Amino acid sequence: MTEQGVRWTADQVLALAPDAASRKAGGRLGTAGPWSGSGSGKESVWGLCKGSGSKPYQTVIDLTGPAYRCSCPSRKFPCKHALGLLLLWAADDGSVPVRAEPPEWAEQWLTGRRDRAEDKRTEGGGSAPAADPEAARRRAERRAERVTAGATELEQRLADLLRGGLAAAEQAGYGLWEETAARMVDAQAPGLAARVRDLGAIPASGAGWPARLLEECALLHLLDQGWLRREALPEPLAATVRSRLGLPASADGPPERDRWLVLAQYDTADTKLTTRRIWLYGTASHRTRLLLSYGPAGRAPELSLPVGLALDAELSAYPGAGQLRAALGERFGAPVPAGLRPPGTSTAEALARYGTALREDPWLESVPVTLEQVVPVPDGEQWQLADAEEDAALPLTRAARSRPGLWRLLALSGGAPVTVFGECGHRGFTPLTAWREGDGEAVPLC
Amino acid sequence: MHGSAPRPDTVTWEDLVTTALLGTDRRPPARLAPGRPAPVALLDAAAGATVRRRAGLRAARAARRPDRAPEDPRPPLPAAAAGRLTALLADRSGGASGGRRGSSPDLMELLPQWLAAANAHGYAAPAQALPALLDAARGRTDLRPAALAFAGPRALWLARFNPDWRFALRSAPGGGAALPDPGDEKGIRRLWEEGLFAERVALLGALRARTPALARELLAGTWPTERAEDRLLFLDSLRSGLSAADEPFLEKALGDRSRNVRATAAELLSALPGSALAARMAVRATACVALDRTGDPPVIVVEAPHECDPGMERDGVVATPPAGRGERSWWLGQLVEAAPLGTWPDRLGGRGAREIVALAVADGWQGELHAAWCRAAVRQRDAVWSRALLGSPSAPEAGGPGAVSLAERAKLLAALEAEERAEWVAGFIATHGLSEAFQLLGVCAVPWAAPLGRAVVDALNIARDAGSYPWSFSGVMGLAERCLDPAEAARLEGLLAIPDEREDAAPGAGGYWAEAFQRLVTTLRLRAAMADELRPDDSGANLPPGSAGTRRGRQDRPAHPAP
Repeated sequence: MTEQGVRWTADQVLALAPDAASRKAGGRLGTAGPWSGSGSGKESVWGLCKGSGSKPYQTVIDLTGPAYRCSCPSRKFPCKHALGLLLLWAADDGSVPVRAEPPEWAEQWLTGRRDRAEDKRTEGGGSAPAADPEAARRRAERRAERVTAGATELEQRLADLLRGGLAAAEQAGYGLWEETAARMVDAQAPGLAARVRDLGAIPASGAGWPARLLEECALLHLLDQGWLRREALPEPLAATVRSRLGLPASADGPPERDRWLVLAQYDTADTKLTTRRIWLYGTASHRTRLLLSYGPAGRAPELSLPVGLALDAELSAYPGAGQLRAALGERFGAPVPAGLRPPGTSTAEALARYGTALREDPWLESVPVTLEQVVPVPDGEQWQLADAEEDAALPLTRAARSRPGLWRLLALSGGAPVTVFGECGHRGFTPLTAWREGDGEAVPLC
Repeated sequence: MHGSAPRPDTVTWEDLVTTALLGTDRRPPARLAPGRPAPVALLDAAAGATVRRRAGLRAARAARRPDRAPEDPRPPLPAAAAGRLTALLADRSGGASGGRRGSSPDLMELLPQWLAAANAHGYAAPAQALPALLDAARGRTDLRPAALAFAGPRALWLARFNPDWRFALRSAPGGGAALPDPGDEKGIRRLWEEGLFAERVALLGALRARTPALARELLAGTWPTERAEDRLLFLDSLRSGLSAADEPFLEKALGDRSRNVRATAAELLSALPGSALAARMAVRATACVALDRTGDPPVIVVEAPHECDPGMERDGVVATPPAGRGERSWWLGQLVEAAPLGTWPDRLGGRGAREIVALAVADGWQGELHAAWCRAAVRQRDAVWSRALLGSPSAPEAGGPGAVSLAERAKLLAALEAEERAEWVAGFIATHGLSEAFQLLGVCAVPWAAPLGRAVVDALNIARDAGSYPWSFSGVMGLAERCLDPAEAARLEGLLAIPDEREDAAPGAGGYWAEAFQRLVTTLRLRAAMADELRPDDSGANLPPGSAGTRRGRQDRPAHPAP
């Protein structure tokens, strides 16, 4: 469907860059100069880029992924050559013409890749049956025992903590939590470990920390109890508990085919891992889904979808009540400009949705919401998104206040109402993408 | 956001927090589920309360909404140009990465001309690009006027919210409020009398461009009450639109208390060849310079002034020379510099500027005299004298340490028409090469005229063949990337190959040259693409209603005026 020359915009291409340096390097290569033999067609783009060596780099992009292949030694995905070529293609100035056939070197990789995708599909969802179901069951049981031991120990530690008082914990400092987190890693409960580690940062988080610490301790306690009494829980809630604990699950929900609008994509990083979140909105099903992917620290995960495009694809949901996470299944074409926006709601309704979602998943931090007719408003040191017509507003989260996206949002609005997609939770609202009134493209804020 | 009210039959959240903070050992919780250990009962209750509190969150009261940003009536950028802008601004971050430049273009260096072109077309900036534009302008003061003009009224609105962008409000008068209409005499007067210093300077500058007389009258009205530093800057703004009508005011300023104000007034008056001050200086200067006809050919003789009398001082002559200069030659320089150039033909036997410059000067006064004439030609913007003093670009002394320095030459060139300027510099480069040309190239109109471009490319080619490294010419290379006409790109193709290394050449130089030329060609192509992208869409989709027929006219208009 891109054969007709529906090209992406430069912004959408730059959004794929794994980091600022790549964005810059890619921008410099987005000129006709170093490129030769470039072309596009069959939902792919290819070209030869003259580098410092005698042999030019061969760069090819499968737009259906998008997936990238380049003969350069860079380990970044996409590399600067792929970004530069996509920019050149996006500029649509005739330097990347539509051609009937890719050259052989590109064709080889493209067909290889697409054949593999085909094979995966015919295998039926790709979940290969475990070699030995009995052994797998035993492994799962052993892990469950460990998690139970971990949860029991954590309950004990939480009880001790409250017996002695949170004030004492403040003095004990970070070490106490680090050690407990390490015990939870040993217990193979990464979800518990992460929550415990987060507890350690709360006493230093400023005024009101005792209340926040009590909240998080209580929710951790609730999660422990959920696990220890999982037999008594309805299955969807039990699945949610397992997923919150970080136990493996497979996306075995029925495939939902839709035109999925890419609402937002952003990365968070800790010392070991880069986590990428991609929010999708089903234009027919009106469902919002989350794709999670991971990369090693400092490197972007491979899956990257430009904001504002729509993707004809199947998603499969992960199990668990109130869980929005899904896995990307088969794709039926490259992402194309959609010119669509998700329908929006008011600030009060956004909070009501969060409240409702807590019924299914009490550990939920936030829900994805599109706000319509809202204005960014300064409120002392804080910022709000206020309903244009009503006296109601959501404060922005602390993280959102310090991001450059805040200024893009404010510039886009200019005091007038805008549509904003973001995450709404108990800490406030984190804007991720915005649209101005009337027409205009999605503007990423993250 | 605030939580819902607690139910009367449960402990309050504050109670739970206090208990948790002190510990259940010290403060046993009241009214919690019996039969469970106290800490567990506390956690149970807190878990329920936490979820309840979160589920019951309500929207907060809205703070005072900001006023709407003013409308930007300019047409939006074409899509491709908007994409280009994003790329140019993305290149800004971490620009000082250091290292060799390689063969890819330096996008940040292209931002100024992109902005100038976009402003010439009169496009509005995309709203989401404003933060990056303001950040770019913050980091580079030279970008500010063009960047702020392009960013438009919405950027000034935006800058009020971020302390980092205060500079935008300072450079725009009235914190974003536009200057009063030219017809709004009351508004103008009020701003002049009540405005901040920066606002008043901006007002004076803007008025001077439109109605110079009105600006002068405003200034004259409050002149005695202004502070000396302010008087100096206000007076300086009369430089634009200077005319004979300003003379009475300037003549009065010669009697000012402040020496700097006096000197500036004198300088401005001497730029008016018909002024009384210019006439006085002419009398003084011609008394010092005469033609000795006894010899053949005749010679100019100079008798420098013996004293600096109070009249001279009042007319702006500085009595004390800088260290290392004789006072008589110092005074002479100032007199000749301030005398109208038109006095010299009569004084020196009816000769024209070219013949006068060709005359020999006795007793080694030539340097002093010619330098003073140069300053006069620059000050009086006299093309005939500038041409005469510049001489032939291919003359041997033009490249050497002659009477006229390179800096002075660059200034003299500015008095010539663009085409003549380019030809002179082309001739200079053809004879003397590039090593001295940087300053001269800087005053040439962009894009370079064809003969100049060709001269630069030929000279670069010669430099390469001479075997030196390209970074010896990095200044000129950088200028060429920004100033060469993109149409020249085709002619450069032949230079992209790596030549065979010669024995006497610097090792590896050939490869570096090929890379430098590659960058030059790539940059030129990029500039051509940039210009194409900014051309209005032929469909007219990007134009505001009713302007489809006036597209041609819009292109011919000068750049959008800076606020």
